[in-house]
Amino acid sequence: MTTPSVKINQTQKVIDEILSVYPEKARADRALHFKPNDPTSDCSSCVVKSNVKSRPGVMTVRGCAYAGSKGVVWGPVKDVIHISHGPVGCGAYSNWSRRNYYNGETGIDSFATMHVTSDFQERDIVYGGDKKLATIVDELDGLFPLAKGISVQSECPVGLIGDDIESVAKAKTADIGKPVVPVRCEGFRGVSQSLGHHIANDAIRDHVFDKQATDIETTPYDVTVIGDYNIGGDAWASRRILEEMGLRVIAQWTGDATMAELANAPKAKLNLIHCYRSMNYICRHMEETYGVPWVEYNFFGPTKIYESIRRIAENFDDTIKANAEVLIEKMKPEMDAVIAEYKPLLEGKTVMLYVGGLRPRHVIGAYEDLGMEIIAAGYEFGHNDEYKRTYPLLEEGSIIVDDATPYELEEIAKRLKPDLVGSGIKEKYAYHKMGVPFRQMHSWDYSGPYHGFDGFKIFARDMDMTVNSPVWGLVRDVTSTECATPSGAERQAS
Amino acid sequence: MEIKDHNDLFSQPVYQAQFEAKKEFENPAAQSEIDRVSAWTQTDEYRELNFAREGVVINPCKACQPLGAVLVSLGFEKTLPFVQGSQGCTSYFRSHLSRHFKEPIATVSSSMTEDAAVFGGMSNMSEGLENCNALYSPDMIAVSTTCMAEVIGDDLGAYITNSKDAGAVPRELPVPFAHTPSFSGSHLNGYDVMLKGILEELAKPGEPNGKINIIPGFDGYAGNLREIKRMLTVMGVDFTMLADYSDVVDSGNTGHYELYPTGGTTLADAADAVNAIATISLQRVASAKTGELITKQWEQEFVAVGEPVGINATDAFLAEVSRITGKCVPAELEAERARAVDVIVDSHPYVHGKRLAMLGDPDLLLGLISFALEIGMKPVHVVCTNGDKKFKKAAEAMLAASPFGSEATVHNKKDMWHLRSLMFTEPVDLLMGPSNAKFLWKDTGTPFFRVGFPLFDRHHLHKRTILGYEGTTNLLTDIVNLVLDEMDRHAITSDSPSFDLVR
Repeated sequence: MTTPSVKINQTQKVIDEILSVYPEKARADRALHFKPNDPTSDCSSCVVKSNVKSRPGVMTVRGCAYAGSKGVVWGPVKDVIHISHGPVGCGAYSNWSRRNYYNGETGIDSFATMHVTSDFQERDIVYGGDKKLATIVDELDGLFPLAKGISVQSECPVGLIGDDIESVAKAKTADIGKPVVPVRCEGFRGVSQSLGHHIANDAIRDHVFDKQATDIETTPYDVTVIGDYNIGGDAWASRRILEEMGLRVIAQWTGDATMAELANAPKAKLNLIHCYRSMNYICRHMEETYGVPWVEYNFFGPTKIYESIRRIAENFDDTIKANAEVLIEKMKPEMDAVIAEYKPLLEGKTVMLYVGGLRPRHVIGAYEDLGMEIIAAGYEFGHNDEYKRTYPLLEEGSIIVDDATPYELEEIAKRLKPDLVGSGIKEKYAYHKMGVPFRQMHSWDYSGPYHGFDGFKIFARDMDMTVNSPVWGLVRDVTSTECATPSGAERQAS
Repeated sequence: MEIKDHNDLFSQPVYQAQFEAKKEFENPAAQSEIDRVSAWTQTDEYRELNFAREGVVINPCKACQPLGAVLVSLGFEKTLPFVQGSQGCTSYFRSHLSRHFKEPIATVSSSMTEDAAVFGGMSNMSEGLENCNALYSPDMIAVSTTCMAEVIGDDLGAYITNSKDAGAVPRELPVPFAHTPSFSGSHLNGYDVMLKGILEELAKPGEPNGKINIIPGFDGYAGNLREIKRMLTVMGVDFTMLADYSDVVDSGNTGHYELYPTGGTTLADAADAVNAIATISLQRVASAKTGELITKQWEQEFVAVGEPVGINATDAFLAEVSRITGKCVPAELEAERARAVDVIVDSHPYVHGKRLAMLGDPDLLLGLISFALEIGMKPVHVVCTNGDKKFKKAAEAMLAASPFGSEATVHNKKDMWHLRSLMFTEPVDLLMGPSNAKFLWKDTGTPFFRVGFPLFDRHHLHKRTILGYEGTTNLLTDIVNLVLDEMDRHAITSDSPSFDLVR
């Protein structure tokens, strides 16, 4: 171990200042999660602690296991009806906010934008909700005959009152002849969305694999897209690349996915995983049980896309490898043109990122393609795996933060003055008030897709429109002038 | 450089071909089956099956109690909402309100996890209060609960006292609380009980102050709160608006982020509310328990007048204010009334007889029904997920009193999937409701007028008012222009000559 560098020490000083207002216990805890980056990992004190409980009262940005299962993994599976099992709120707040696009006729053969809830009342808490759940399954089966299954997304009370949804699900699966999948993703389980991802993965393993029919003919070029939720059409833009390489995408998890696609995956020759955090579990399981290898890839920005295309092609024959090179050759002029247009507008601009699963590291390359620099990055619910993959991608002495609080993010922004902040809806408007350009990097700020070649163009356009918008120039501090002059022209003159 | 985003990208042939090819792996239903079922869902037979539901709720138009508790808390100066329970709920409340108001929403959670489920949330409460007080320096912390804390039976009163005894927060810091179980009532009830908790905590009985209190209720329009205040000011009424979050959820951009934007009812005014002459609530359902506190404990007159939507309801509101305060309705408001009536008279041919599907919170619905009837529109389907018996009775009485209400049915405790059946089997001309109803617009092709909460998919509607005479002018203008837009669109698509320059 070497002595921390000057840069690291400087950043540590900033962090210490920011943390000084916390009460002692919370300060000691937060200090473990908030570090100067050391790309070499030589600095052992720079390692970020992660995936542990948030401190009460600090305004963590994190969600819950239900959000990880219903909101992220299961919710986008379009031909399955997802019951938000418990009180009404969870489903009301998570309804269609993630923009997992899909094709299909909603309410007929697709159900992803619907809020289906057991709407627990006092009596359900007192007497249990199992009977009601059985009734609900029957009703759904009658009203939606084309649904391919039902998932039961547990909310907090279900686990607390001791309901046995597994028994109900088992009995009802037999009754209706379609899978009823119990998912124990009560919001109090675990420390964030992350456990919900894992629980949702396990439910697919236990209730879909080997149980649901899959009768596709396989080929040597079969792959899956795992961990792409098709936000604004991301998975479609990614699929386009893979198909142009000559690969056959037999399952898309879980953006625009069907129950059949969940069942297809173990037949793949190779699983391709984009969001490692939310779906590494199922990839490991498929590797161990079905011998399907998996590879991580990154379809944000041309540099990473080219790299990923080649890495994926490595696993196939010369035809695919040749196709990969042809595709890169074909797309490079188009991508170079995007960079030629937008890099001059964005070069040297600094970025702070505070997001979820894969983005704090996966989008770095796309920003760098545009000449932008990430000066601070953090994960809401990352684990050690994420941080290990992130340290080498960031400059020495940049900030890396786990489960940040709005207070910390605001202080980082005040001190480091990033030209752009990328985070979520809860953060967005605070930065707008500060006059700091901001893009939502969960929902793509209602834009997208951002994945793939098609996505990068939109990404570049969006970053430019926000960083270089004239609107920031209109912001004026009312306390800075004693008497506002009547027109902008006069203000400029003075 | 031409860049196609999701709006145009996927209609390109390369993607259309991709979607078609993907079906090989999807195991989709046959198109003929999809068409058959789709048509079946539009039938009377399906409607009957749909209305026979006893368990499942599909696309309800309500949220849960703590959301209301958070919103009402934001209406007091420098107040930090604190939600005892699972942390995911708080993230949901914050994002839900941010999506509607386009504003940052500060709320903390006590982040209870599995160990708290076993041992209770006392230590989470205590550490949470200490941390949020140190980090965010509130003048008041308003504690509500998620269903987790309710199911395990957290004793909020005792926890807060213990936390104060342990020095987590200063003893003098007001920490009101309310139990807001998500498995009972809706966001309206959470608003009510949290308001009651805050008023109980702060009330300082003393000399009568000669003022009236106004409870706006769970109202998604900052503009509504401002309009009520303006009307009362014009009348010369001395009043306190309780839970006045108008400036908190609609703050200006000054280059500074304030966790507590300037605004909100001051704690001193809230404390003094007990000494007022009377309290007027604009939402009965969102102030039922608070009303009991005011009449029984404070022995103060409490009137739930309903939301002043349209001419008649505004007249009634102002008459009630006049009766209580002795102030007359001034010429300025009379002039506004005259202008609003003028607008209605001028536009009435375009709205007359239009059949309506209406969806929303109970008290807003009563206001909208009153408005619809007075301008000659015909409510047909009135759907409320979170109304009570009194609401149903009041709505039915209002509809029965007008020839324009003769075709209406009030469907209480029903959801948007019920409404879908109603709209297919008995079509209407116009749908009124919050953003979530846009799927009914798509499914049934009925023109859609956005009103209520939440409004996610159109910008800044919450800054305007739909209350009072000014709000009436706004509503009428927006509705008639929606009708005219549809008329022109129809003329364009059907290549009809009815593409008039003057309407």
